[in-house]
Amino acid sequence: MNEIADRNLAVAPRPRASRLRQAALPVAIFAVLALMPAAAHFGASGYILALMTRTMIYGLAAMSLDLLIGCGAMISFGHAAFLGIGAYAVGILSSHGIDDVFIQLGAALAVAALFALATGAISLRTHGVYFIMITLAFGQMLYFLFTSLAAYGGDDGLSLSRSHVFGLPVLRSDLTLYYVAFAALLGVYLACRAIVASRFGRVLRGIKDNPVRMQAIGFAPYRYQLTAYVVAGMICAVAGVLLANASEFVSPAYVGWQRSGDLIFVVVLGGLGTLHGAILGAAAFTLLAEFLSGLTEYWGMIFGPILVVVVLFARGGLASLLRGTR
Amino acid sequence: MTGDALTAPVLRLTDLRKSYGALRVTDGVSLAIGPRELHAIIGPNGAGKTTLVHQISGLAASDSGRIEFYGEDITALPMDARARAGLVRSFQIVSILPGFSALENVALAVQARSGSSFRFTGDAAAEPALNDVAMTLLARFGLASRAGFTAGLLSHGEKRQLELAIAMAAAPKLLLLDEPLAGTSHEESSRVIATLKELKREVPIILVEHDMEAVFALADRVSVLVYGRIIASGTPDEVRRDPEVRSAYLGDEAAEAMT
Ligand SMILES: Nc1ncnc2c1ncn2[C@@H]1O[C@H](COP(=O)(O)OP(=O)(O)O)[C@@H](O)[C@H]1O
Ligand SMILES: [Mg+2]
Repeated sequence: MNEIADRNLAVAPRPRASRLRQAALPVAIFAVLALMPAAAHFGASGYILALMTRTMIYGLAAMSLDLLIGCGAMISFGHAAFLGIGAYAVGILSSHGIDDVFIQLGAALAVAALFALATGAISLRTHGVYFIMITLAFGQMLYFLFTSLAAYGGDDGLSLSRSHVFGLPVLRSDLTLYYVAFAALLGVYLACRAIVASRFGRVLRGIKDNPVRMQAIGFAPYRYQLTAYVVAGMICAVAGVLLANASEFVSPAYVGWQRSGDLIFVVVLGGLGTLHGAILGAAAFTLLAEFLSGLTEYWGMIFGPILVVVVLFARGGLASLLRGTR
Repeated sequence: MTGDALTAPVLRLTDLRKSYGALRVTDGVSLAIGPRELHAIIGPNGAGKTTLVHQISGLAASDSGRIEFYGEDITALPMDARARAGLVRSFQIVSILPGFSALENVALAVQARSGSSFRFTGDAAAEPALNDVAMTLLARFGLASRAGFTAGLLSHGEKRQLELAIAMAAAPKLLLLDEPLAGTSHEESSRVIATLKELKREVPIILVEHDMEAVFALADRVSVLVYGRIIASGTPDEVRRDPEVRSAYLGDEAAEAMT
């Protein structure tokens, strides 16, 4: 049945109408997010605002992972490392009295880029399961490094106060932080869309489709994949900077393999390779976890099976479910 | 251009070897391909033809020996570097980008040799400079009406033609074709043979092929590979008459069909 549907798709070169339909979902997502605070105003505003801020931050992190998994066929099981790098850049610098968000962001991006370059250069020499395992190992390496940082809270983590912008504590306002996260998410989404459509992105997608064919026409996959790995790591570090500000706290748990696994899950749940699916996945993941954990202490026993069902029955994730057909 | 460039071999293999465990799959192959030549390599199943193609294209490393391409030693280069140098191959089992349109399959090969691909903005699928060349090639291989179709859903014969279009888009200075007729219907294969007749006027070709009719219709020279060794090499007539070839490979029936 699917075969037939696919064939019809193939026979008709994409009409304009379907392009509009493709744009409809991302536009709707960002419209909802933009208006969210106004709606929240009538309810338990602080709580919902904080929850949605966290959702957008995880969406941002997951989107950068989608660039790797969905576009570049690099299943990284250590992506939370970059979340941790971003968060600890804020935590460590602010504990030394450096509150400026631009310095913190600059440090986060620089360290993330270096970490991605070093670990990516090694990881990308492997493929398949080995790539998954080695990225996991690098992630855990960073996890243990952070737990050993006694000066910065070690296992327990570190409380911090929010970053300053040009010396002003504007991020103190939850609403401002919400819109900063929103702007970051929108900016990254547009940037990722551009990358995916660009020459570079097309090479990356080609490598995912058939790496040997790409080599046979002259592309060396390694260089393109390593570049994507660095870009994705840097984007995720931005999410880390935001996460530290949102929770006013950093801890090694941000870097743990469970967190990396959650990110993979969010991407698959939302729909691989769609970018905006990462936001849907993050929303479903955080809201469901929040809702279920309010119901019962054993919420994990309900959460797990739901995830399995979605992965099994909603191939293409929430993004394709909401779009109707695929 | 010097006289030398007109006659010097474009590809020279010297004592190429490769083993898989105890199995010597390529056992001392030496070969020179001229600049205007279509050189066919024939041999029974398992003779090591595909392995040789892998070694020449750089998909498989050689244990020993030397590969020179237009006078340059390329033995240590990876496949993508050899492709950029103009050593372009096709695959016995069709290899395309199944999720991309036919047009994008060809446009990517054009992109590979036109400017940097480290560009992060701009819609690559809408670059006229790439699409125009790709479209011309698709038309040439009879696929103009298939440009927007998902490549993975084309018929087998169309995929074969598409793979040739991709190869030509990569600006080959030598084409290395591994059984381009494998799995095609009779009509499809006559279409491919006609295409190859055209291509051989533009670019030197190494053609690995099973179809004797095609080989003897197309080849300027033929080499016979058996158990990783070239047991005969020459014009189609010479090879046809070679007694060793007859007994070792062609067999009485095939020999009869060829005369
Ligand atoms: N990757 C490999 N590992 C082990 N043996 C191989 C491999 N590739 C090919 N062979 C063996 O090498 C021999 C030659 O194979 P191949 O080059 O595909 O022959 P041909 O293309 O002439 O049919 C066969 O016996 C095959 O089983
Ligand atoms: Mg073969």
